[in-house]
Amino acid sequence: MTKNILFAGFGGQGILFSGKIAAYSGLLEGKEVSWLPSYGPEMRGGTANCSVVISDEQVASPLVLNPDILMVMNVQSFDKFIDSVVPGGVVLVDSTLVSKKTTRTDISVYEVPATKLAADNGLEGLANMILMGKMLETTSFVSYDIMKKALEKTIPPKKAHLLDGNLKAIDMGMKYEG
Amino acid sequence: MKGNEALAEAAIRAGCRHFFGYPITPQTEVSAYMSKKMPKIGGTFLQAESELAAINMVLGAASAGVRAMTSSSSPGISLKSEGISYIAGSDLPCLILNVMRGGPGLGGIQPSQADYWQATHAMGHGDLHVLAFAPSTVQEMVDTVMTAFDLADKYRMPAMILADGLLGQMMEPVSFPEVEPHPIEKPWAACGHGGKRPHNIINSLYLQPEELEQKVRERFERYELVKANEAREEEYLTDDAEIVVVAYGATARIAKSAINAARAEGIKAGLIRPITVWPFPQKGIEKACQNPSVQKFLAVEMSMGQMVDDVRLVVNGRKPVDFYGRTGGIIPSPAEILAKIKSMGGAQ
Repeated sequence: MTKNILFAGFGGQGILFSGKIAAYSGLLEGKEVSWLPSYGPEMRGGTANCSVVISDEQVASPLVLNPDILMVMNVQSFDKFIDSVVPGGVVLVDSTLVSKKTTRTDISVYEVPATKLAADNGLEGLANMILMGKMLETTSFVSYDIMKKALEKTIPPKKAHLLDGNLKAIDMGMKYEG
Repeated sequence: MKGNEALAEAAIRAGCRHFFGYPITPQTEVSAYMSKKMPKIGGTFLQAESELAAINMVLGAASAGVRAMTSSSSPGISLKSEGISYIAGSDLPCLILNVMRGGPGLGGIQPSQADYWQATHAMGHGDLHVLAFAPSTVQEMVDTVMTAFDLADKYRMPAMILADGLLGQMMEPVSFPEVEPHPIEKPWAACGHGGKRPHNIINSLYLQPEELEQKVRERFERYELVKANEAREEEYLTDDAEIVVVAYGATARIAKSAINAARAEGIKAGLIRPITVWPFPQKGIEKACQNPSVQKFLAVEMSMGQMVDDVRLVVNGRKPVDFYGRTGGIIPSPAEILAKIKSMGGAQ
């Protein structure tokens, strides 16, 4: 089985980091994984996105054009990618930043006011992880314990104090009922 | 690990202690990695004032017999081509990484394979070749580095790793093989004669045409050995294939997706993936030409069609050769390649 995941938003929202955690989680589950960022002008404030593939087999194409799971954190990315999601796919939207709706009925869209939740709970900058929590809860693409391990391994020792916040954000996302 | 960083680490493990570079997207992570690591292991990292300077520093270091390397992306490689010709003309080994981006000119910064002709047919002025490898995964980037250095040393010629922005920027799990570098004796190196032997002279200037012709002929005898012994390729589901796709590098893995999708729909497609692009591997295509089930070839590239020329040379008119490509930094999708395979009559 292959899961194609696309993370999209602005540079600075932790889009690439979210992708890294997802890919690393897949790796810890013993799957084949790839992570491909958009690079170049996007890094300087524009739209950033990254493709993550988690598969039982060798990853053929690392570029995700039709995601099974889409996490989207700005309007531009919502407009650009919402129609590319495969039928039956799951979309996680930061509804603080994206108020638009889709007319599609063949996909599951979960709206989480992640940026607001993060601000209200002293988790500034962790809206991405709140959405990740919701992604875990709705898709179970990896287990919670594995993702926790991936975070522990990815956050450098110098920044170990940030681990708690990340886990708190994931918990919040998992528990959020829209 | 990111492809660029993995390649840099692999180069260090292959015994490279001299890196000369100049930043350019999408390969800058190679320089960044080297700048952090080299000082810690007694190596030399130098960010040159230009690509021209960097390649000539490689020439100098290689003259002294050490494993030297530079890396760049398309426009930067064009700038280095003069130095590469001098290195080839001086029979020096080195490793050059080209993380290809869209061209010509400054082009763009997204992935491309439009430097195939340059790498395989015209990597500088004069009669010359460079060994050109085209890995298609991050792991293969790592595994290729040692081979590239070894073969460059063995045949005294530059080796190039032809990657692209996709491979350079993507992250995949990698493991580094526990193999010690095994550099060979280089009695020709200009590293100080200590009064014990005659001077070694590194030179590419031969004003007497007879002498120059002799030098070039000797070099081409070596090239023949390379062609006979070092061409590498991978075949995938070619035995019963009706349509054989030929693709290299990142494009090959996308083509593999398309081939799997085609097979799922009952279309017998297969893949030949050149791992070296110079020397261009001929055995797989030759076998496919003689295989009665193969109806057609399809070359897929991130260019307007360059490698397809080499495919046609091997096929030599025996079977039709079609082409599909995207260029300018656009990566072809598996769906596009599948549609092309179907349009070639592969639908059952």
